[in-house]
Amino acid sequence: MTKAELVDQITRKVDGLTRTQVDVLVGTVFTSIKDALTVGDKVEIRGFGSFRLRDRAAREGRNPKTGEIVKVPAKKVPFFKAGKELKELVDS
Amino acid sequence: MRKADIASLIHDRHGIPKREAVNVVELILEEIKESLAQGDEVKIAGFGNFTVRSKRERKGRNPKTGEEIGITPRRVVTFRASPVFKQSVLDATEVSR
Repeated sequence: MTKAELVDQITRKVDGLTRTQVDVLVGTVFTSIKDALTVGDKVEIRGFGSFRLRDRAAREGRNPKTGEIVKVPAKKVPFFKAGKELKELVDS
Repeated sequence: MRKADIASLIHDRHGIPKREAVNVVELILEEIKESLAQGDEVKIAGFGNFTVRSKRERKGRNPKTGEEIGITPRRVVTFRASPVFKQSVLDATEVSR
């Protein structure tokens, strides 16, 4: 399912909102999650899961073209952990 | 941030009645869950992809007792943030470092 298909589904299921309006709302939902994480907040949605930032340690990598060793600094990456209900749904 | 906060944001930003905003947020989450439950991946451009991965059976250990136990094969959800998402996190966290 893509974002466009998700928007189609929601439009079908709600009354009084156009597809364009739903598209904007769906956009806001994902943007708000992204924004929360970028300011260091975490997002916890019961039954679905939680989004937070995870630390990645610094490491040595290689430039695959030249073989040269490069230092990759420590960084933070978005991380999603599925909630209990979602885990069970997927694994049944 | 929780579900209610996302709904409030939709209400504030788009003037959608609170109850309807909650409804839309819940519908979105339900659709994603249903799709994943069917083993279908969910791709949200600019945000990331949720995929269902099958894990083989493997051996694990009870971390408390050290006892070896079998971990049954299972299906799990993984999320890969889009490059845009990762980059905005990098930009934000590098500035505050």
